[in-house]
Amino acid sequence: MFRPEDGRPTNSQFAVRIAILSGIALVAFAVIFFRLWYLEVLSSEAYLDQSQNNRVREVTVQAPRGEILDRNGRTLVGNRTALALQIQPEDLPTQPRVRDEMFKELSKRADIPVIRIEREIRRQTKDLPANPVTLEQDVDRNLVYWLRERQDIFRGVSVEEIFVREYPEGDLAAHLWGYVNEVNAKQLEQPQFEALAPGDRVGAAGLELQYDAVLRGTNGAKRVQVDALGNPQGRALSEVPPETGNDLVTTLDLDIQEAGEQGLARFGKPGAFVALDVNDGSVLGMGSFPSFDPEVFTPPVAPSAYNALFEDEDKPLANRAAQGQYPTGSSFKPITALAALSEGALTTNEIIVDDGVYEIDVLELKNAGDAVYGPIALRDALKVSSDVYFYTLGERADTQTDEGIQTWARRLGLGPATGLDLPYEAGGLIPTPEWRNELYAQAADPDSCGGRERLFEEGCYETDRPWTAGDNVNLAIGQGDLVATPLQMAVAYAAIGNANGDVVRPHLGRAVEDPLGRPVEEVDPAPRRSVEIEPAYRQVILDGLRDAAMTPNGTSYEVFGRFPIEIAGKTGTVERDGQLDQSWYVAMSPYPSPDIVVAATVEGGGFGSDTAAPIVRDILAAANNIDPAGIEEPTDGGSEVAE
Amino acid sequence: MESTTSATRLRGFSDERGVGLLERSGFLRTDPYTAGAAIALIVTSVIILALTTKGDVAGNPYFYVIRQSIYGVIGIALMLALTRVDYSRFRELRVGIYAAMIGSILLVLLVGTAANGSSRWIVLPFFTFQPSELGKLLLIVALAGFVIDRARRQSEAQRTARLLLLGFVPALLVLLQPDLGTALVYGAVTLAVLFAGGISWTHFAALGGLAMVAVAMVLVLAPAVGAPVLEGYQQERLTSFLNPSDDPSDSSYQTNQALIAIGSGGKTGLGDNAAQARAGFLPEGRTDFVFAVTAERWGFVGAAFLLSLYALLIWRALRIATLSKNLFGSMIAAGIAAMLLFQVFVNVGMNVGVMPVTGIPLPLMSYGGTSVLVTFMAIGLLQSVYVQSQLASSSRVRTQAL
Repeated sequence: MFRPEDGRPTNSQFAVRIAILSGIALVAFAVIFFRLWYLEVLSSEAYLDQSQNNRVREVTVQAPRGEILDRNGRTLVGNRTALALQIQPEDLPTQPRVRDEMFKELSKRADIPVIRIEREIRRQTKDLPANPVTLEQDVDRNLVYWLRERQDIFRGVSVEEIFVREYPEGDLAAHLWGYVNEVNAKQLEQPQFEALAPGDRVGAAGLELQYDAVLRGTNGAKRVQVDALGNPQGRALSEVPPETGNDLVTTLDLDIQEAGEQGLARFGKPGAFVALDVNDGSVLGMGSFPSFDPEVFTPPVAPSAYNALFEDEDKPLANRAAQGQYPTGSSFKPITALAALSEGALTTNEIIVDDGVYEIDVLELKNAGDAVYGPIALRDALKVSSDVYFYTLGERADTQTDEGIQTWARRLGLGPATGLDLPYEAGGLIPTPEWRNELYAQAADPDSCGGRERLFEEGCYETDRPWTAGDNVNLAIGQGDLVATPLQMAVAYAAIGNANGDVVRPHLGRAVEDPLGRPVEEVDPAPRRSVEIEPAYRQVILDGLRDAAMTPNGTSYEVFGRFPIEIAGKTGTVERDGQLDQSWYVAMSPYPSPDIVVAATVEGGGFGSDTAAPIVRDILAAANNIDPAGIEEPTDGGSEVAE
Repeated sequence: MESTTSATRLRGFSDERGVGLLERSGFLRTDPYTAGAAIALIVTSVIILALTTKGDVAGNPYFYVIRQSIYGVIGIALMLALTRVDYSRFRELRVGIYAAMIGSILLVLLVGTAANGSSRWIVLPFFTFQPSELGKLLLIVALAGFVIDRARRQSEAQRTARLLLLGFVPALLVLLQPDLGTALVYGAVTLAVLFAGGISWTHFAALGGLAMVAVAMVLVLAPAVGAPVLEGYQQERLTSFLNPSDDPSDSSYQTNQALIAIGSGGKTGLGDNAAQARAGFLPEGRTDFVFAVTAERWGFVGAAFLLSLYALLIWRALRIATLSKNLFGSMIAAGIAAMLLFQVFVNVGMNVGVMPVTGIPLPLMSYGGTSVLVTFMAIGLLQSVYVQSQLASSSRVRTQAL
């Protein structure tokens, strides 16, 4: 104890204690001093590295996709930049209360309900948890400034400049483009997407998918200095610029495309058209009605709009030109004719008497409108579309040939899909005895599948009878079980129309160009095969089709009688159970050496000459720069009955 | 040299013949090292804030600079005022001082404003006041009084126990706020005053052992049996500094970023390229981690300069403890020295990763009104002890000369 009195403490014990406190202080300072020496002098470089890593981030710079152009270089699918409001879920505040508060504020400012923000986060992170969630594609610049000033509050919320697809022609050819989507986990495992990282965008349907490797650019990278919130500071330290994808020049002709779509829209019924170059298979136009706005697939995809498209009974998303499997009706007759001629069941000038009725078994089949055409040869039979004549050919094919009609239909391109450069193309069905008999055998088994709705599932078409001659008779006029897509019909006609009998491979791609417009690659697929067609047979069929369109009493004379260019065209009217007749028209122009073939069909469109033929006329007018309004309707002797 | 004599002389101070204007104003006999170190520190603080906090408050680049400068000026004025007061008067007021301290801490518990999960502040019109900061100084003064007071009447053990109780009650109240860092300062100050006050070595050794057991209980045993004494984040802070890079949680994130800031400073610092704090990686860069910010900017040279200022301050405080004319002054000076040492060691230690992350400000460097004012008041008290010792010795000399 020191001196108890309050006095000057000179006591040596006190001095010892102060000395001990001083010693403690000395040790404390020594510890800190040497630690500081260690940190700042001995290991400074390691920490300097860490501080660099702290602040340098690799940022992906999105590469714009290439554009899709028409054959003349007009942009059909382009890019525009948009300010996307994004949320990086991992950077959001972890405390639920803080996050909710932030969402509420953001919701007020950006005019997005909190419920939607949360739903979008849930929905978009389900597949790709590490990716930014896009709340809105095009946000106001004011919101951008407002957020930028409050970056410390709105952690994880950012506005990114992104490239999105733009469709300068609106709905035009919407079925062809497909859409672009973020690459999903499954795709990333596939070799063609090797170079991609989660969040990169790839074509998910249509041409965007088919030509993804062409259109997709190479993303760039930027090393930038960032602050603790990830905001870039100053200029980039190094930069690998993004490489824009190549452009795809398509074979499409905008005038033809517009004419076709307007023609379809005029009747307002589901239908399709396709226009091909007869010689090389270039798709000059391809359309389907009803259509849709391709912007609906630009993120954020509004599920309501998207679902509405999917649930619409008219199936606006379906590309009927390549996916619509329809009975063809009389537009099939040229194929029957070619088969009968080539298989030796008919000669070009052979007269068959059409007395208006064809009898088979107990059935009496008649011409449309109960017409009677008398003794006629093939050319006239095609012109007036005599059913009795072709029933006869069907019967002959059944007895005199070995599935002649089926063989020629397949040869000309019906049956399997044509190989169009567009995903999900459908094929058709050519009925054969083997096919029906097998189904019949299956139908006898009560456990087999059944139901018409499963028509095209293999072996699932219910039938109550084996193959008969009647099936072939029906097939001869394109009724019965035969179905084909408009594209297949166009290909088949093209094979008859071109000089080599080439079964062309239809294609939408024409060339690949780099972003500066320099050619990279031509797209010119070889024909699938060439069919040997006797020139005389080809000629008589073309003559018959020409007469049908261009001479009085021809089935489409009332539509094409005054058309300034000679064409060869065939109507088709399909009777469908419980539905209105389906209208078909397939035409080649100009006669006699066509360079373009156009097929059109309208569900419930009535006679071939009622709806499909006028659409084809509009397309051919556009292809030849003819004003369709200037074409007179012939007043003399249009066909009394269409078929 | 009896106490009565010195008291008489003191009262007659201004009446002494031959005392000049400067002496009378209290300047001449102040300790220039103490004052110089303190002013150098506050100036350094203002410069660092000016260099690093420009963008912190939108539209007002000098928000923190201006405020810290105002606190500094007021603090210096308070220091000068206290310098002129004879600290010995406070001895009589020890009970009142102690009561005021307890009262203000209780007030915070009742009406305080919460920040970061604990309520430590009372919001005044121009100023948020943190009573527990002032409480540190009040505790030193009161305890110094009690140490001497009790010395005469009690057994050694009773005295130790009572003094411990007096120190640990406010420490406990502060811990309830909860403010672990300041509570630890209270504990350190109490132990230092007890130690300097001359409690027996055996008691002190026992106390040390007890403290170790308590730490073990709080950190290891209590959580293990499911009755944690500390909040989760406090526990985490106290233990995670041992291996900061293993654990990316919040407090070791801070330690890591502080280490990166200090380490990347190198020998002479990064100057304007120092971005750890400016870019927001290092939180609390103007308060708890101001040392790291300084070390990043000015390197080892700058950090060593800062440390030497603190070393000077603490050396002077301990020196003044031995110079004091009475035991009360010695206790005050020793308590202040312990307070400064503890705060500097824990704060800088936390910055360099040898101590856990606790919210203890670095005296005069960390931005914050109450801390700056209270530290200057402590310096003022030291000066008062010094001035009085000088007066006493000069009067002694004069007495001898007579």
